[in-house]
Amino acid sequence: MGQQRITRAECARVAALARLELTEEELERFTGQLDELLGHVAEVEALDVEGLAPTMHALPIANVLRPDVPGEVLDRDEVLARAPLAEDGQFRVPPVLGEAP
Amino acid sequence: MTAVEISEAVRSGQRSARSVVDMSLSTIGAGEAEVHAFNLVAAEQALAQADEIDRMVAAGEDPGPLAGVPVALKDNLCTRGMGTTCSSRILEGWVPPYDATVVELLRNAGAVFVGKTNMDEFAMGSSTENSAFGPTRNPRDLSRVPGGSSGGSAAAVAAGFAPVALGSDTGGSIRQPAALCGVVGVKPTYGLVSRYGLVAFASSLDQIGPLAATVADSARVLDVISGPDARDSTSIGDPQPPVSATLGDGVDGLRVGVLAELSGDGIAPDVAARVRAAVGALEAAGARVAEASVPAAVYGLSAYYLIAQAEASSNLARYDGVRYGLRVDAPSTPGMNTATRSAGFGDEVKRRIMVGTYALSAGYYDAYYGRAQKVRTLIVDDFASAWEQFDLLVSPTSPTTAFSLGERTDDPMSMYMSDVCTVPVNLAGQAAMSVPYGVGDDGLPVGVQILAPALGEPVMFRAAAVLEASLQ
Repeated sequence: MGQQRITRAECARVAALARLELTEEELERFTGQLDELLGHVAEVEALDVEGLAPTMHALPIANVLRPDVPGEVLDRDEVLARAPLAEDGQFRVPPVLGEAP
Repeated sequence: MTAVEISEAVRSGQRSARSVVDMSLSTIGAGEAEVHAFNLVAAEQALAQADEIDRMVAAGEDPGPLAGVPVALKDNLCTRGMGTTCSSRILEGWVPPYDATVVELLRNAGAVFVGKTNMDEFAMGSSTENSAFGPTRNPRDLSRVPGGSSGGSAAAVAAGFAPVALGSDTGGSIRQPAALCGVVGVKPTYGLVSRYGLVAFASSLDQIGPLAATVADSARVLDVISGPDARDSTSIGDPQPPVSATLGDGVDGLRVGVLAELSGDGIAPDVAARVRAAVGALEAAGARVAEASVPAAVYGLSAYYLIAQAEASSNLARYDGVRYGLRVDAPSTPGMNTATRSAGFGDEVKRRIMVGTYALSAGYYDAYYGRAQKVRTLIVDDFASAWEQFDLLVSPTSPTTAFSLGERTDDPMSMYMSDVCTVPVNLAGQAAMSVPYGVGDDGLPVGVQILAPALGEPVMFRAAAVLEASLQ
């Protein structure tokens, strides 16, 4: 495969971006597996795609509009009943900035 | 009994839905411990649904074209009041507050839900070994995998637990397990079936479709679940003709191309031999056969793994411990998000989120994701050229028959290779289906893939019916 495409440090940075905490063992294993995978998909780098438009969706799809009238929505209490923690009709989470005392 | 037979018998009052569902549940009771096709068997709810069907028949009402038919649902389809886990710890115990559109349509057609089927976690895998709740085994040989990610649905049909099941197909997740278990599996045109209530993996590729023991059963289910849906903005706006109506029209005069890029290197000789036999059967039925070429298809797997993982990393950001599913407590919200995701996701899901995050991250976007989207254009264009010369294309569904449990779990690349024949179809948004066509040297089923252009389902099903009949 030649040169290494992803280092252990980069792998750790990507994990942090994805809000994943990896153990040392996972970090080691994933670095190797990601490197192999990126080496494989690198074949797309060799293709001449100059001037081609990217395809986001294979079929022509246009925005769908509807009249701006209230429709059916999920029942709030039913939804909150499934949340890990709810209070006063809202989802409850730990502090977003800083930490709970 | 097939789904078509069951619904006729139940609608005409010859047989009660309850007796049909009882039989399905007792078959599950006898074989489920070995196969593990289900994450949840909903016996009580199924029997109540069956009784309601019987009440309708007694009252002279028509319960619909799937009256009393037991259906197994992949566990990434939301079912109101019935747990939906995606085979992940992060959704364990979650009960959706609403039904997926397909679930609603099946219910209104008289179908009875016997349970939720096992799958690779969040549909990421090709063997149903990446399930937090343990692997499913192939009913044709319990030492083999059923394929994946809809392995539980394919196994449920192959084991006779239910005549039909629903799966989802992002890169082959309906067709490949159908091939490995010896059943019919259909990946409809992108947008033909509403994705509302399907837990998203890669939104521009995901599509729901049927698995069934017969072509006619899969046609009947597809006709029930397809159609426009205001709740899915990517669903095709115009209703399409039912595929069941033209099932028996044959293939006389159709132009069938044998897909060269997916028929040579890497295809097991016994699988290739069965594909040649299928092509021969189509030719004998009047099809005009020639070799077809879609050169960019060989880059399908690489483009797919970049695009699918990029979309997945974005879609799976919603599992943050805030609104549903697992929460692992921590003193701050970012800490809680990280603790929850690290504990709740399995290895393969983490790996794919990492690939997707990397492919979308600053400095790499153009080299990976942007480039993959352009390669996708190449594939779409090459297929478009092929459709100028052919009505249908044929290839193997999977390069091999079912492999052994554990054989590929330590080597992600070898696992990914089992999707090489199926991913180009998803990238191009087209229709394809797998039809069982005999067995390989090991006595295990081989599936033949029939590819059609977008909305080519009626013609595709005609060819599938010809193949099925040629084996009888």
